[in-house]
Formats: sequence, structure tokens, C-alpha cells
Amino acid sequence: MDGIILQILNGLDKGSAYALIALGLTLIFGTLGVVNFAHGALFMIGAFCAVFVQRLLNLSFETVDPGKTDFLGNPSMVKTPYIESWFGHDIGSAIIDWSVPLAVLFSIPVMILIGFVMERGLIKHFYKREHADQILVTFGLAIVLQEVIKAFYGANPIQTPAPEALSGIATLADGIVYPVWRIVYFCFATVIIGGVFAFLRFTTFGMVVRAGMEDRETVGLLGINIDRRFTIMFGIAAAVAGMAGVMYGPINAPNYHMGMDFLVLSFVVVVVGGMGSLPGAVAAGFLLGILESFASTTWATTTIPGINQIIIYLVAIIILLTRPRGLLGKKGVME
Amino acid sequence: MSKTNLTRRGVLKSGAVAGAGVALPTIFTASSAAAYTNEPTGGTVTLGFNVPQTGPYADEGADELRAYELAVEHLNGEGDGGMMPTFSSKELQGNGILGKKVNFVTGDTQTKSDAARASAKSMIEKDGAIMISGGSSSGVAVAVQGLCQEAGVIFMAGLTHSNDTTGKDKKANGFRHFFNGYMSAAALAPVLKNLYGTDRKAYHLTADYTWGWTQQESIAAATEAMGWETVNNVLTPLAATDFSSYIAPVLNSGADVLVLNHYGGNMVNSLTNAVQFGLRNKQVNGKNFEIVVPLFSRLMARGAGENIKGIVGSTNWHWSLQDEGSKAFVKSFGTKYGFPPSQAAHTVYCQTLLYADAAQRAGTFNPCGIVEALEGFEFDGLGNGKTLYRAEDHQCFKDVLVVKGKENPTSEFDLLEVVEVTPAAQVTYPPDHPMFAGGALGTCNPGA
Repeated sequence: MDGIILQILNGLDKGSAYALIALGLTLIFGTLGVVNFAHGALFMIGAFCAVFVQRLLNLSFETVDPGKTDFLGNPSMVKTPYIESWFGHDIGSAIIDWSVPLAVLFSIPVMILIGFVMERGLIKHFYKREHADQILVTFGLAIVLQEVIKAFYGANPIQTPAPEALSGIATLADGIVYPVWRIVYFCFATVIIGGVFAFLRFTTFGMVVRAGMEDRETVGLLGINIDRRFTIMFGIAAAVAGMAGVMYGPINAPNYHMGMDFLVLSFVVVVVGGMGSLPGAVAAGFLLGILESFASTTWATTTIPGINQIIIYLVAIIILLTRPRGLLGKKGVME
Repeated sequence: MSKTNLTRRGVLKSGAVAGAGVALPTIFTASSAAAYTNEPTGGTVTLGFNVPQTGPYADEGADELRAYELAVEHLNGEGDGGMMPTFSSKELQGNGILGKKVNFVTGDTQTKSDAARASAKSMIEKDGAIMISGGSSSGVAVAVQGLCQEAGVIFMAGLTHSNDTTGKDKKANGFRHFFNGYMSAAALAPVLKNLYGTDRKAYHLTADYTWGWTQQESIAAATEAMGWETVNNVLTPLAATDFSSYIAPVLNSGADVLVLNHYGGNMVNSLTNAVQFGLRNKQVNGKNFEIVVPLFSRLMARGAGENIKGIVGSTNWHWSLQDEGSKAFVKSFGTKYGFPPSQAAHTVYCQTLLYADAAQRAGTFNPCGIVEALEGFEFDGLGNGKTLYRAEDHQCFKDVLVVKGKENPTSEFDLLEVVEVTPAAQVTYPPDHPMFAGGALGTCNPGA
């Protein structure tokens, strides 16, 4: 029983990441009609925002330590972060310790800006092109972005640890322990998803966007600049992916390829949930996350070898054969 | 006005005869004059360095390239000579190889077998490389070794740790300086016994490809021989990133040791996930839960950050070694690049010097001459103590290092501490050992 609960928690955790990326993919597809294969790269850039903030906070000045030598036998240099010299050791190290949550704040404007530049600079030129063209250009963009990150940060993973206060394990019940940061990640994802839904449901801006998703032309005829609002939604989708990436850093160390690792699975999530359906993307994200977790158990892999590697695609095939519009997709959309 | 008997038919006949005459020497000389593939004819000789320049092991590939460049400099008499003065063989004089200046070309394996074979083929056929070296993956090494055997050039393997490279997939034209899964296990077992006792239950997570399988088989056999029980072995996809689903079952499995047969990004993620789930602080069966990573690399240890502290594993070489060869190499590499070399850098530097020395001793670049010179060659001064290139399987036998993640690192490079130098005799196995069975070395192929 403990094992089942643990796998459900793992599934919810994985599902959180899938759902956050799939939510952004769906927002962009629903508003702009673009299949954005660069969305995984936005998740990866978000994670590297955490790396950047961590390195920024750790910028140091060097002093010679005559008592120690380096690997070549030269006097060793001791690094002291500027932030510790400005605010004192305790406050300075506490700020550095909380670099990931600080990076979430940093990532919001950065990712919105990147989203704007990406949409205005490249993707808007492909609105009236075939989906295949859109996929090709955004996939190419994703490769360029990951190579740029690799050129700056290398190919090895870089740890971005969670704050010490949120790093341990929590005892949820007798015999059931779970990493605190993973619980934080799930709660964070729930808040962000809820926030996006509330934004679309309860604000005038959101109402206009939803109306535009239903009937772009009519909204335009009412004198509303729907394109501008859709561009803003692209920025918001980028910010959601970016924040998801920042918060994912302490779970798995960021590396330049992590966007691609998530992209294909997230795209399957969108298809299973129903193209253009926000609730579908979220539901499918959590559902496939849980299925993937159970498929990775020893029992499952012993019973059906390799099931852990194909489960998501198997479900996608079954859904597409039996319900082409996806779980919560609208009739007629990419059916 | 003179009259000529020039007819259309006559011109055609004369042309055909003249053409055949011109072509004749090339038809025969192209293959018969060269005794072996890419025989150097000018004042230079070209070596091909095939490393991952893109993909997940690009950082290791970059370090390998630095070491190759340094080795070529030293062979050509530039720089401080590195390990050439400490190398027990004194054939290399800093005037290239057999008097020819050493050039090199590079290829990108992308850590993909197909791409690695394509880049090696290109270096052999287009650039005239006489030897191929490199690789940061066993799958790639096995694939490129096979290609070099067919093409008739020598393959000096880089970082490849699977038993198969010098086991069932061994080739006469291929040589491995790096250690292997069996040797890791043989070196680790006594240390694990001392540290954690003989009554242990081990749970294995294993990367699902040739290296993972042979590493798991080796470490399971070695630990079971000293009394440990293998509770479970779960194969994990190479593309896996989040290992939480595989770690969770460990918690209630009754195991008190987790063996991570993972390398690279897999190792960084699985170790990070294991630490997140509190395995390091867990007590099972009245004992502290322990994690073992059979193959360590400093570059990967850096990726794992704090999580590596106190974790035991093995490595081929470490920059903190204090023998004359290691000190000379660290000084040479560190002065040029500003940081100490990795084990991958060390092994490819050694391989380049060993190839050059073999050619020098053989007096030829003919692959069969090189094979003869390297088979059974004993040497010292390259950082791992006395070393033998065994004739039967072309595997190097040398001391193996057991290392542990350092609790209080003094720098970003000071991540591992050597806890034991296991003598070569303790990790040596017979050539017909069952874990290396199947496949034959064959005979050298000079190509051409």
C-alpha cells in the first residue's frame, strides 16, 4: 500500500511538470494556432535562470590564502561572495541558499520578454503557414536555444539545490516519506495552474482571450486588438514554462537537453488531453504522470518488459484510435 | 601541305591505348604500393581523434581533445614533454613519430554509434588518419573498434568501461588502456567489505545498455562472493531523467545498499533522487543505508554536487596521485589549461603516447607492426604504476583506484579522495573468464 501511495505521489509530481508545460503549449495553440515545439526549450531556459541567479549571487572576489596551495602548488585563492561581504555571512549565505525561489521571481520578466521576442520576431511570420512548417521552425529554434545554453554552461548537469529548509524529507504517514521539495513543486504547480485558470475565468482580459479563442474574427470586428492579447498570452505561457523549469532544478540538475526530454512527452499530453483544451492538458498531464510512475515499478516491468518506456505512447495510440479529439478536446479540433 | 592519315577510328584506338597506358600505373600502384591503409608518404602522419563534441558527454569530449592536443605537442617536441620523460620506454624523442611530424584531425561521435562510425570513416578515408582514438561510451567504442578492424587502422580506445570492449567484442586492431566493469568490481569488493561488512542486501538500478549490463553482472558477482545478497536488479532506460519511480520501491524492499550502475547524466540524476528520498540518512536492518556508484568520474561528480559526499566508487586515474608520471601530466595539463585533467584526459593522452611509442619501436606505422609492439608490452611511468597490455585480449592491467566523494572539498576540482589503490594483480582475470567469453580477437588487419 505504501508503495502505491508513493507511486501516486511520484506520478503527481511528474504530472505537475507535464501539466505546466502542456498548459503553455495548449495556451499557445488555442490562441495563436501555433504548434510550438520550442516550448520545452523555454522550460530549459527557465531552469537555467536558476543557474544564472545562483552564479550571480555567488559572484566572488578572491584573496590569497598563504596557508594552502592549489593543485599546481601555487598559493591557493579563497573566494568570498560579494553578497556575504555586503550583508554579512549569515544573511549573505541565506540569500544564496534561497537562490531558487529568488530565481522564480527573476524568471517571470525574463521569460515574458523571451516569449515576446520569440513570438514577434519569428513565430508570427508562420501563423498562416502549415502546421508542419510551424513545427519545423519551432523545433529548429529549440535546437538553437539549447546549443546556445550549452555554449555558455557546458553539457554537464549543474546542481541548483533547494533551500536547506525545504530540502529534507517529510513523513506523510507511518512508513511513507517523501521529499519536501517535491511536495513544494506539486503545490506550486497547482497554484500556477489555478492562477492561469482564474486569470482566464475571472478577469476581463481573460474573458476577451477566451472569446478570441472561440471566435477570433468576431472579437476583432468588435474593435478589440486580439493579436496583442494573444501575444501577451504567449509571454504568459513562456513564463509558466520558465517558472516550471526553475522549480524543477532541485529535483533534477538542469542540463541543456532537459527541454527536449520533456517536450515530446508534453506534446503527447496535449494530444491525449485534447488539442486546445486547457483542462484536458492538465488532466492528461497528471494522468500520464501517474501511469508512467506505475509502469516503472518492478512488478510492471517484470510482467511486461519495457512497459515503462512505451506506456505514454501506448495510451496516446489508444486515445487517438478511440477518441481522436482527446479526453476533453472539442469536436472538430485536430480530430 | 602535308597529308595526315588521321581518322576518327584511329583517334579512338590511340586514345584508348594511351588512356590505358596512363591508367595502368595507378590501377596497380593504388593498392599494391601501399602496404597498409593510409601509409604516410610525406613528412607528416595524421592521427584521428573521435570524441563527443556535442551531446551529453561533450564536456568529457572537450577534456579528451585538450589531452590529445597536449600529447601531439609533446610528440612534436613542443611544451614540457608531459609524461614522455617519466615513461619507461625511451623511444620517443620529441621529433614526431618515426621522424614524421604529427598532425591530427577530429571527429564528433555525438555519443551515437552511427555518428561515431561515420566520423571515423571520414577521418580514415578523407583525411588519411592512420590511427583512430577516442570515445566516451562503450557502445561507441565497440562500434568504432569494429570499423577500424575492417578498415585496417589501429583503434586506441578512450573512455570505455564495458567488459565487452575487450571481451566478446574484442578486435586485434583495438587496444584499451581504460579499466573495465570486472576490474571495478574486483577493486571495490574488498573495500565495501571493510566499510559495510558482509551481511548486506543490495538493490541494483542498472542502465539498460551494454555497459550497464556488464557492470551490474560484475559488481553483483563480486559482492555476492563476499556474502552480500542481491535483492533486485531493475533496468532503467538510458533516456530516463527522473528516477523517483525506481527509487521509491527501494525504500520498502528490505535492501540496505543501493548500487547505481549508472554513468553520466543518469548517475547524476539517480544519485540526486536517491539522496532526495533520504536514503543516505535511512537505517535498514539495523545498519546505515549505503549507496555505491561503481564507476566515478570527476566531471560527473561535479554534476552531482553535494550528493556525492561519502559515496564510494572506482576510477581509472585521479589527478591527486603522487607518482612522477601523474605529477608531470597534471603540471603540464594544468599549466596549459588552468585546471587539472580528468581520467578521460589521462587515458587518451596515454593512448596517444603508447601508439606513438609502439610505432617507434616497431619501426613502422603498419597496424600489424603496432599490434606486435603493443601485445604483451609492459611499461611504467604513465600514472597507474606498472602496466601490461595483455596480448590475449588487448586489455591494460594496472592498479585501480577506489575513491570516495570528499566530505570537505577544498576546490571545485577536489571532489574525490583516493581510499585505496588496488594492485593490478588483484583485478587481473584469466583471458577465458566467462564474463569476457564469446568472440575472438582475430588477426591484425593492415588494410590497403
